Amino acid sequence: MARNLFLLFKTKSSWVRKETLKIHRIAPETRIASCLSDIEIFVVLYYGRILNFDSHNTKWKERDRFIVSKSHGGISLYPILSDLGFFDKEELGRVCKYNSMLGSLPSYPIPGFETITGSLGHGVGVACGIALALKKKKIGSKVFVLVGDGELYEGSNWEAIMFASHHHLDNLILIVDRNKISMLDYCKNIIDLEPLDIKFKAFNWKAKVVNGHNVKELYYALKGFKEDKGYQPKVLIAHTIKGKGVPELENDPLCHIRSLTKEEIDKIIMKLDD
Amino acid sequence: MQIKSMRDVFIENIYNRMHNNKNIFFLSGDFGSPALDRMRHKFKDRFINVGIAEQNLINVSTGLALEGFIVYAYAIAPFLTMRAYEQIKLNLSLLSQVKEININLIGVGAGLSYDLSGATHHCLEDISIMRVLPQVIIFSPSDWLLVKGFVDYSIKIKKPKYLRLDGKPLCQIYSSIKTYDFKKGFCEIMKGEKVCIIATGYMTHAALKAAKELTKDNIDIGVVDIFLLKPINVKSLYNTIKDYKYIITIEEGFINKGGLDTIIANILTNNKEHIQLIRMGFDDTYVLEVGNRDCLHKQYGLDEESIINIVYQCI
Repeated sequence: MARNLFLLFKTKSSWVRKETLKIHRIAPETRIASCLSDIEIFVVLYYGRILNFDSHNTKWKERDRFIVSKSHGGISLYPILSDLGFFDKEELGRVCKYNSMLGSLPSYPIPGFETITGSLGHGVGVACGIALALKKKKIGSKVFVLVGDGELYEGSNWEAIMFASHHHLDNLILIVDRNKISMLDYCKNIIDLEPLDIKFKAFNWKAKVVNGHNVKELYYALKGFKEDKGYQPKVLIAHTIKGKGVPELENDPLCHIRSLTKEEIDKIIMKLDD
Repeated sequence: MQIKSMRDVFIENIYNRMHNNKNIFFLSGDFGSPALDRMRHKFKDRFINVGIAEQNLINVSTGLALEGFIVYAYAIAPFLTMRAYEQIKLNLSLLSQVKEININLIGVGAGLSYDLSGATHHCLEDISIMRVLPQVIIFSPSDWLLVKGFVDYSIKIKKPKYLRLDGKPLCQIYSSIKTYDFKKGFCEIMKGEKVCIIATGYMTHAALKAAKELTKDNIDIGVVDIFLLKPINVKSLYNTIKDYKYIITIEEGFINKGGLDTIIANILTNNKEHIQLIRMGFDDTYVLEVGNRDCLHKQYGLDEESIINIVYQCI
């Protein structure tokens, strides 16, 4: 059973990677490297049913709320949401076209997105408010947030991180896409974030570190967090590779602002098919 | 006519509503008021002090509002509006264009309320910068009775709102408030002949004092108090002021930068009116001198005597 699930994760991840590259081919404005590092995270959350959702009723009260705070990285969620019925698959061919519902920074009111994002450093604080509201309404749903590691430079995150543990927001699960590269350089060269898990632990969060491309590790860590009965908010630091799957991008400190040519994309897709 | 603190009246009324309306959350950026103590003790689960963290104050408020709660975010006006401006843009202005949310920003310390605290605590920019943001309603009351009226309005209207309160206790101007007045958003408190002073908040008191002084010399000037700065009921306001020859706007804020003066200038320009507009306020400069409100007003030409002199120049 579990083996089938992990196989599904791998198949889906590979498919999402290709679909994301296809979107980048029609919309070069998308930040391709940023949306290749978080694919396995999205796949496990949605196909692993870590998230409770109803794609035909996005206002369902019992749904788990998910905020993609690193908005650029949300492009790879488009194929998943269309695959699961949140919106028509044909929309994927219109990303960034005039009057398309899908832009280069995925956000509300696209079905599946909870609120406006795009500017960094808002997701965790808003999620704290939602987590608090769910507790008040006695709804057992969880609030998930995905942030980029470079996004953690925004001070507003740390206001929210302090707030969450003080208020025992045990229904809040933060995932850090630790791809180690911000816009212009490696994080360690800008302002070193390490030791990141210890920082969170010092703020009284439960922290876990995994390989963010290993679907098995992701699945068990997220499942564990979801079932956790402790009083703390939880953070999963997922070590990933920015530009994962595209050798031209992987480990290039400037990959965030790199776009791929149509020819490059075709070649990469062919390789991924092999 | 009683003297009362606007924030105490506001908090008392919200506190009363919180007993029956379980949907109200009150968040503070570590900012208090004597009236707040009761609320803090009675509603421990719906009063939250987020600490001196205005960005998080707005973001947490947004999360609560997204889940349907009515939220009040309370802090010192300059810090609430300026430290967290982008949070307000994103989560109040932009979000409310696509989703119904009820968040009320309650800023205390409009204008020079915190006179002696200096330029960091003066709030001379808020009208201009908050007016820029689509969807945001701006309420600038001149007395506590208007503040009381705002409570029901804030619960009923599911939009982002900014309530700018004076920090000092002020005497009552109005004797009663009707719903009609709220929609209109202003009141012509005194009718005049040639000259009309348009003011908001604290400066309405200064305008009234000057006007009453002038009646002793048999000079009748108009006084219009605008308490709803956005949206402006343009048609009604224009009809009220169009027969004056001179209009003086007076505000404890920067002039020529989108504040009260600009609101009036736009109305006059759009109607091709040749009424002469005199703008009183702070002209591209912060107030660095130490002194209480009266002294600072005198120094910057916003006191009663300065108003009277300008009126005399007009006639």
